[in-house]
Amino acid sequence: MKRWALFLPFGIFVLLGFLLWRALYLDPKDVPSALVDKAFPEFSLPTLMDSKNKTVADIKGQVHLVNVWGTWCISCRVEHPFLVELAKQGVRIVGINYKDDNDAALKWLDDLGNPYVFSVDDEDGILSMDLGVTGAPETFIVDATGTIRHKHQGPITAGNWGPLETIWSSLVAESQAMNKVGGQ
Amino acid sequence: MLRALCITWFMLVSLESMAIVNGHEYPFKDGTEIENTTRAQLFRELAEELRCPKCQNQNLSDSNAMIASDLRRELYKQVKAGKDGQSIVEFMVNRYGEFVLYKPKMNRMTLVLWFGPVGLALLAIMIFVVVVRSRRKRIQDNVKDDALDPQEAQRIQQLLNNTSEEKK
Repeated sequence: MKRWALFLPFGIFVLLGFLLWRALYLDPKDVPSALVDKAFPEFSLPTLMDSKNKTVADIKGQVHLVNVWGTWCISCRVEHPFLVELAKQGVRIVGINYKDDNDAALKWLDDLGNPYVFSVDDEDGILSMDLGVTGAPETFIVDATGTIRHKHQGPITAGNWGPLETIWSSLVAESQAMNKVGGQ
Repeated sequence: MLRALCITWFMLVSLESMAIVNGHEYPFKDGTEIENTTRAQLFRELAEELRCPKCQNQNLSDSNAMIASDLRRELYKQVKAGKDGQSIVEFMVNRYGEFVLYKPKMNRMTLVLWFGPVGLALLAIMIFVVVVRSRRKRIQDNVKDDALDPQEAQRIQQLLNNTSEEKK
């Protein structure tokens, strides 16, 4: 047998070791969303504020963050102040109130501030199921044509907004460019 | 006695058209008897085969997560309405991605998953065959080397003859 062949098992060991070591730092919960680059699903749901129905047409025309939240969700409370701040900076946020009690939700918005352009009441979680939501909070970045461009699981914080902001501003620039072309 | 038998029989029949998953009862009553039984069977199968999107290693029937119970309800609704397994699986994959399938579809992404083990087994067999062959060849070569060629045999014979003659 050739001499190099003796090092083969060691080579395989190093390779496996490397793969397993890499896997230690991968997040198994980081599952790619099935909905990225697909159209935002159709819906017709009442808002929390005035019970008038909103549809997918209401989020088209401008870039939106679509944020799934509920008063029963602790991480949503963590996230909330930052959303309020984002709204002040001019980020348009639409809320999906996920399987929640209306009064509790209204009280929450009263107490903590309302960052949402509007919040729809998804009491049965039908829209959230169409969105592939597995828990709250979850946030989708939806472009002006109503296509989902990014999905973020877990709370948005000052710490992780950076890369999201990059996507956000590139989409805003994209929609402005489109408007210009459309206007001419 | 007859009555007891009858009751057991009825219970068995009704149990067949009912799926008990995660401690909940899911009765199927809307179709014919055969339809109900196959629907209950389909429901049981899919609750085993679909993975809870929130939990890493539990299927819909194992998990107590909110999303799992929502999906069980959706699954029940769709099976009860008579939808076939394939379209229900498609419904789930469209929303939650291939992650929800414990039995992944065969495509370019999952090729390694499906054929990796077979490939590795073939590789192992190949290595085994090569090693065994080369060992066998080496042993045969050694045996040949050990055998005396005619010249050697003659020389040995001569030496032996010489010693025996000297003794005389």
